[in-house]
Amino acid sequence: MSVARSATPPAAGLNGRGMRITRWVAIGALVLFLAGAPSIVDSFTLAQILTKALWLGIAAASLIFLSSYGGMISLGQTGIYAVAGFTMANLVNAAGGKHLGWDPVAATAAGIVVATVFGVLCGAIASRSYGIYFLMITLAISVIVFYFFAQVTTLSGYGGIRSVTSPGLIGNPILNPVPLYYVALVASVLIFLGIRYLARTPFGLALQGIRDDPARMQALGYNVPLHRALAFGVGAFVASIAGILSVWYTTQISPGGINVTQTINILIIAVVGGLYRLEGAWIGALVFSTIDNYSRVWMPNVGDWLGPDRFETIIGVIFLVIVLASPGGLVGIWESLWDRRKRRLAPISAPGIPAMEVVDDAVDHPAAV
Amino acid sequence: MAPRILLGLLGLAVVAWIGNKAGQDMRIFWIVTLNGLTLAALFFVVAAGFTLIFGLMRVVNMAHGSLYLLAGYIAFTLQGNWYGVSSNLLSGTPATVVSWIVPLVIATIVIGLAGVFMQQVFLRWNQGQDLRQALITIAISVILADQMVAHFGGIAESIQQPAVWPDSVSFLGIRYGFFRLVVVVGAAVVIGALLFLAIKRTRFGMIIRAGVDDRAMVSALGVNIQLVFAGAFFIGALLAGLAGVLGGTMIAVQPGNDSAFLLDSLIVVIIGGMGSLGGAAIGSVALGLVNSYADVYLKFGTNDFTNYAILLTFILVVAVLAVRPLGLFGRPA
Repeated sequence: MSVARSATPPAAGLNGRGMRITRWVAIGALVLFLAGAPSIVDSFTLAQILTKALWLGIAAASLIFLSSYGGMISLGQTGIYAVAGFTMANLVNAAGGKHLGWDPVAATAAGIVVATVFGVLCGAIASRSYGIYFLMITLAISVIVFYFFAQVTTLSGYGGIRSVTSPGLIGNPILNPVPLYYVALVASVLIFLGIRYLARTPFGLALQGIRDDPARMQALGYNVPLHRALAFGVGAFVASIAGILSVWYTTQISPGGINVTQTINILIIAVVGGLYRLEGAWIGALVFSTIDNYSRVWMPNVGDWLGPDRFETIIGVIFLVIVLASPGGLVGIWESLWDRRKRRLAPISAPGIPAMEVVDDAVDHPAAV
Repeated sequence: MAPRILLGLLGLAVVAWIGNKAGQDMRIFWIVTLNGLTLAALFFVVAAGFTLIFGLMRVVNMAHGSLYLLAGYIAFTLQGNWYGVSSNLLSGTPATVVSWIVPLVIATIVIGLAGVFMQQVFLRWNQGQDLRQALITIAISVILADQMVAHFGGIAESIQQPAVWPDSVSFLGIRYGFFRLVVVVGAAVVIGALLFLAIKRTRFGMIIRAGVDDRAMVSALGVNIQLVFAGAFFIGALLAGLAGVLGGTMIAVQPGNDSAFLLDSLIVVIIGGMGSLGGAAIGSVALGLVNSYADVYLKFGTNDFTNYAILLTFILVVAVLAVRPLGLFGRPA
């Protein structure tokens, strides 16, 4: 439950301030680390873990935006970022596809626009469905996009479009991963701040109202399907940026990279990080890309059951454990630990007032999944 | 009303187009239609299990496709290990009726039990949290998919049909595969009829229908609803298993089939309406026919658009949802 600041008991206010200070210190340290990362970690770690976590995090953030503010758990994000990636890859010079030779920057803009429009259309289709129906319809969208690109080889090359030209700013990310890292970092920060800002606008507030009670918002005169479709469009815009970054990151895009496994991976990242907290997207992505890298090196063979190639099993088990143990993901675990500590340090003094959690975000915790 | 009129016109155009193509070559038309209907029969067996589980328990079993594929692998392995049956014409023995039926029965029952296990261990204590249950079954499907690749490899295999059965049947001047037409369609019709009778005419079916409407009330009347849930999950998973063996004989057993058939089940129930058996039947026929007509007839003069066939599936889903957001026979939870 969200509690107005003025109504909080002094003790909790103090703790709220303490929590805020801790949070800002943590954010400051994080920003310093991320800004200096290229000179702290080696270029392999930078490219394989941090840059990958940033673009996967953006993809997951588009899902978390929809689930935390709109109450829509979408599996369509992979399909949408695939549309952005393939549009861009077909427009620039590349091996395979249409290689129309556009300027990479113009092609990027075109990719984002096409994917966002596609997202609004998908949103219009799915906007009258809720919960599990919404999940299924968006899954169908992703899978259909996958089959489309797998079958239409004039648009996807045979086995993918390779050597996709990036803008001059990025250069070749395999030779020098630093520029792409910074681009992904800036994009992540802007998206994070942008979504937080959007949540405080009238549109964002109406969206959260719709999340909590669509019928009441309808009765208040809001166009519920329109708001949900537009929110899906915003999610599509964010996802399309992830799609563009993924193409720059690997310099190629293929139908195999946007299949059901990838669709589920984005969901896993969001759930492991925490479906109701935006920052969970990047936390989940960091966990994912770290395990992705190291399990392929360190995992011992256990019969046919486990081994260096069984990454999907490992991530699946982690996903299962998180879903069973903490629907709020890793961020949820962290918050419940923090709450417990807070309660131990400052027991509620006034009897009769239930322990209330101070949330200084616009997002509240909706009911668990 | 505008979307309805538009859709009516679209439907008329499609019928006219198919009629025109059929006029050019009736033989191909019949074969394409049979392809669609036999595919629809397989879709129906898979989707019936899916929709049954959803109808009673509001559980969207995202591992349904994994159960389908696992059944295929179990039957394939049993056929090879117990009876030495293989598709290799030189060294393998051809399959007999017994060496096809026994793996089918065992695989089907094992998958039914696996479904009950899944429900009891992972889903039972999350009753009512439908999204969380969907996420749990997604996690299970991820693990199962990876483990199946580890244990059965990535090559497409196929279960051998009994050699004594004819390869094809002839009628109306065309020849068509015996297994697809007689066995798969026959199985679908029998299963559809049995499920219909079981749900409409038996006490178990009455409890299931009551449970769909009001779980708590049925429980209060002294019915052990947990037992009913376990039973429904058993039958639902059983159907996935049976379809897996049928599909593994009719088409192939290969990685990727799990997500393909999960998607097909999803589309069938999105079209037909979740939880409705009749909806599953109509959805299967619609999906099967659209798939098979689009694969062949999507040619305009010299332009070949058959690659874009998947878009028609998308249009089908969009068209139904535009008019009925809960599917043709869906009703609010």
